[in-house]
Amino acid sequence: MAKQKTVLFACGTGIATSTVVAHAVEDALKERGIRINTRQCKATEVAGQIDDVDLVVSTTQLPKDLGKPVITTLAFLTGIGKADALDKIEAALRD
Amino acid sequence: MAEALLNALDPGAIVLGVKAASDHDVIRILANRLQELGYVKPSFADAVIAREAALPTGLPLGGDNNVAVPHTDPEHVLKPGLALATLAEPVMFSNMEDADEKLPVSVVFVMALNDKDKQVEMLQEIAGTIQSPAIIASLIAAKSIEDVSRLLG
Repeated sequence: MAKQKTVLFACGTGIATSTVVAHAVEDALKERGIRINTRQCKATEVAGQIDDVDLVVSTTQLPKDLGKPVITTLAFLTGIGKADALDKIEAALRD
Repeated sequence: MAEALLNALDPGAIVLGVKAASDHDVIRILANRLQELGYVKPSFADAVIAREAALPTGLPLGGDNNVAVPHTDPEHVLKPGLALATLAEPVMFSNMEDADEKLPVSVVFVMALNDKDKQVEMLQEIAGTIQSPAIIASLIAAKSIEDVSRLLG
């Protein structure tokens, strides 16, 4: 497979919900045979961290036009719509 | 099972059947408990309330029993801990994903976090609890700290 991609996980503080989501997505993608590098930051820091990432997954609204794909989802916190969210993440990483 | 969650949840910071007037009210009740128990600095309550206004923490679970997980930056935290309130009547929190949407919330976890790498397990167990409608419904019905320990244990 191509070079391992980097996913930036964002939430309000960069320590709580993005931690849960990063671990959940990393594990679920591993089961699908995809390995990723994970990074975390605060929602307010995304613009400055985005240059070398392939995808941003956030639990909170981010500014528009960041120039990289962004998926905002609570699925990995609430459990609702998890499979759909994973499909979207996988599709974004395969592009 | 949810050992990290129970370890983090101080029995002195569990408040059941709270009659709270607002999201601020319930945050302050739990933040004050955490402060009295030595988990957080006096600045914690105001910091959590300010953050909740800017970046809300309500999580929609698809029904009337939603959950909120208010927290703030590590600088206001002395040691990691967790406080839990169940509400006699739901109060409104804004949706984390869409701040314009208000959610009736019946269960509130106030989280005192200072090191994400050490608190991963606790955070994952909170998420696991939130993802179980049966546990959330039982928490809301819990009458005693022992009930809560049994449910989360």
